[in-house]
Amino acid sequence: MLRMLGLPNPASAHANELDALMAMTHWLMAGMFVVWAAFFVAVLWRFRSGARTKADYHGTRGLASTLAVCAVIVEAFLIIAHAYPVWATRAAAPPSEAVVVRVVGEQFAWNVHYPGADGFFGRTTLGLIDPDNPLGLDRRDPVAADDITTVNQLVLPVGRPVVIRLSSKDVIHSFAIPEMRVKHDAVPGIDGPLWFTPTRIGEYEVVCSQLCGLAHYRMRAAVSIKSPADFQAFLTEEASRPR
Amino acid sequence: MTAPVHGSASFWRTYVFSQDHKVVGIQYAVTGLLFLLLGFTLMMIMRWQLAYPLRPIPIIGGWLGSANAPGGIMLPEFYNQLGAMHGTIMVFLGVVPLAVGGFGNFVMPLQIGASDMAFPKMNMASYWVYLCGGLIMVASFFVTGGAAQSGWTSYPPLAVIAPGQTLWLIGMVLLITSSLLGSINTIVTVVQLRAPGLTWMRLPFFVWAQFVTAFLLLLAFPPLEAAGALQLMDRLAGTSFFMPSGLVVTGQPLPISGGGNPLLWQHLFWFLAHPEVYVLILPAMGIVAEVIANNTRKPLWGYRALVYAVGFLGFMSMTVWAHHMYMTGMGTTMSTFFQITTMVISIPSVVILTVLMLSLWGGSIRFTTPMLFALAFLPMFGLGGLTGLPLGLAPTDIPLHDTYYVIGHFHYVVAPGTIFALFAGIYYWFPKATGRMMHEGLGRIHFWGSLICMNIVFMPMFIQGLGGMNRRLYDGGLQYAHNAPLLKWHVVIAMAAWTLGLFQLPFIANFFGSLKWGTPVDRNPWHATTLEWLAPSPPGHGNFQTIPTAYRGPYEYSVPGAATDFTPQFEPDAQ
Ligand code: HEM
Ligand SMILES: [Cu+2]
Ligand SMILES: [Cu+2]
Repeated sequence: MLRMLGLPNPASAHANELDALMAMTHWLMAGMFVVWAAFFVAVLWRFRSGARTKADYHGTRGLASTLAVCAVIVEAFLIIAHAYPVWATRAAAPPSEAVVVRVVGEQFAWNVHYPGADGFFGRTTLGLIDPDNPLGLDRRDPVAADDITTVNQLVLPVGRPVVIRLSSKDVIHSFAIPEMRVKHDAVPGIDGPLWFTPTRIGEYEVVCSQLCGLAHYRMRAAVSIKSPADFQAFLTEEASRPR
Repeated sequence: MTAPVHGSASFWRTYVFSQDHKVVGIQYAVTGLLFLLLGFTLMMIMRWQLAYPLRPIPIIGGWLGSANAPGGIMLPEFYNQLGAMHGTIMVFLGVVPLAVGGFGNFVMPLQIGASDMAFPKMNMASYWVYLCGGLIMVASFFVTGGAAQSGWTSYPPLAVIAPGQTLWLIGMVLLITSSLLGSINTIVTVVQLRAPGLTWMRLPFFVWAQFVTAFLLLLAFPPLEAAGALQLMDRLAGTSFFMPSGLVVTGQPLPISGGGNPLLWQHLFWFLAHPEVYVLILPAMGIVAEVIANNTRKPLWGYRALVYAVGFLGFMSMTVWAHHMYMTGMGTTMSTFFQITTMVISIPSVVILTVLMLSLWGGSIRFTTPMLFALAFLPMFGLGGLTGLPLGLAPTDIPLHDTYYVIGHFHYVVAPGTIFALFAGIYYWFPKATGRMMHEGLGRIHFWGSLICMNIVFMPMFIQGLGGMNRRLYDGGLQYAHNAPLLKWHVVIAMAAWTLGLFQLPFIANFFGSLKWGTPVDRNPWHATTLEWLAPSPPGHGNFQTIPTAYRGPYEYSVPGAATDFTPQFEPDAQ
């Protein structure tokens, strides 16, 4: 079923569980539809006016309530056994050893902000925003000195939880990486956390998933998932870049 | 009773500023159909850009104007306008006016044996307010900056800073006002003006559907009216109801006070817009029930279950709105609540669909054109409902939210679902409204062509959505690697959409041709049982020659021992 559904190749720790729920739901839907459609066609054929000139005043008995009860049971099962646990892992606090990155959307780019070696994000201020400093990072702040910023370029290590602190400078955007099965709205004024664990080294894309203006259709960022060593090398290289 | 009008003034009074529910109903229906055609045309234009991005639009490309499509090539601003206005026009100017204003106004008073709506003047007012709102929406294409371009959902901050939104908001406020006037009228009419003997459990299901719909309009629409006024103030008066502090747009801090919350709009919008989808579907279910009972020649199976289900559905529809907002950072408690309400609301839908299906059992089914449309409604609505399941479960909504899967899902509900039911209703009540039948052969061409094209349009959208292709993309997703294998479907969809357009021509020809050449009919051409079939076709002013009495339930077909296979509500018992 998963193959048939054609979801993008999974690349995060929770993707398999989510895909399993997706497959199960679609099996269920397909099953219900086929049984139901077969019954429908059979009834139309059997009770066509060409075959029976007189209708039966009473019709059939009893099925609707049974079907409704079945629907309740199946749906309760889906929520309790699957949807709740999967969503709970999504909404739960991320593990503490996570890599933390800020991502700030704007029309029409994704600004990425790493805290640097000290693990603290430097202060940002509206007044400092300019084309060279889209985040308005205040470099005089002591903890800002080692911060790294990139535009439309997100580099992350494989196998470690990643926390994205997501927000926006202007309108609502939505941060999605299809292969990671993550999607989260970037709402101005809200610092929404989102986390996942990449499991495959490779190149991916951030797809903006909320209409945000004229160039929404090309608001894209590159995502590289690297081995821990390569990730460290990336951080070192960026940190040594003059600014 | 109003005195009959004479002389030259009477034309205006009778056909234009009429207070007769039948004239108002027909005005609503025709206007709604025209808007449906307009909304569909916008989509056919958009489909070119998706199938062949950045290539000049043939033939009509030159007519669109250099501000929209220089050299015939559509600009992103125009694409976004088309998208937002397609949604708005289809929902607020097409389907609701046709289903509620058109069918509700024309059929409901006849079915309850009333001579008119309770408040005829208000009825007229609601049509004219609707028309003003609609014309303002259309006019917005012609002002500088163009029409609204932030989606039919109009989320701030984008909607507050983007061009085109002001007229959209004014139009919306008028449209909601019109719906409010109509809904109060419907409720009072059903409660007060039922014919003697027409008890609640003898009401045709269509009347129940309209009655519950009216409550939804009355209770769910005012929040958006208020929200619309607030967004208008954010745009025009510099308030910040939906605008947080610290916004920086294209490098410049926005000169606003800030302190607002953009999510507040989403709550208010969906508090209206989810019940709204039931406003789109309940009247459709009502029509389908009438047509099925008539063409199976037997009573609806489980009438009471239908009535309770539709009431429960109406109530529950106000408790699910935030399932549109799972991606905004919702905690587990909230998301669980809305997942559960979403699953609970599917139960009455299952009941209604099942009841309609089981009603076929034991019938002697006539496949007339209205019946074909009504029957097709069942599996099409079924597909729409089933695909709502993975969208209603928060985890599976993560990859699907804002993709073409969503577009496929709700279009199965509203296009081959609701629109088909509305066509069924048009073919079914056309003889009552005009005294002439529509042509069966043309009706069949219209039906089969539409059914096939609709499915070729909407089925591939599930494939695209599962593959991760987003909606609302100007170039159809060309920029992204994962979309590459999915792009070919855009061409298929476009072809099918244009063919679907062609298959509406037999309907248009049939509609106007039958006015003149259709076979004349007497009162009850379908051998139906409800009260509207007692009135002359077309009914004159005041509807019935004498006030009818209802002697029995609405669907007494094939009663054992009766002389004919239908025993109308208005026929006294033989004894
Ligand atoms: C029958 C022919 C129809 C076709 C071919 C069609 C096609 C489409 C397509 C392809 C989109 C997505 C555009 C995009 O995301 O870029 C769309 C959006 C939409 N459609 Fe339709 N549609 C049809 C009928 C309807 C009807 C009957 C309704 C409502 C009653 C409707 C309501 C909407 C809404 C609300 C949207 C979302 C607009 C937005 O993004 O803000 N459509 N339609
Ligand atoms: Cu965007
Ligand atoms: Cu909803």
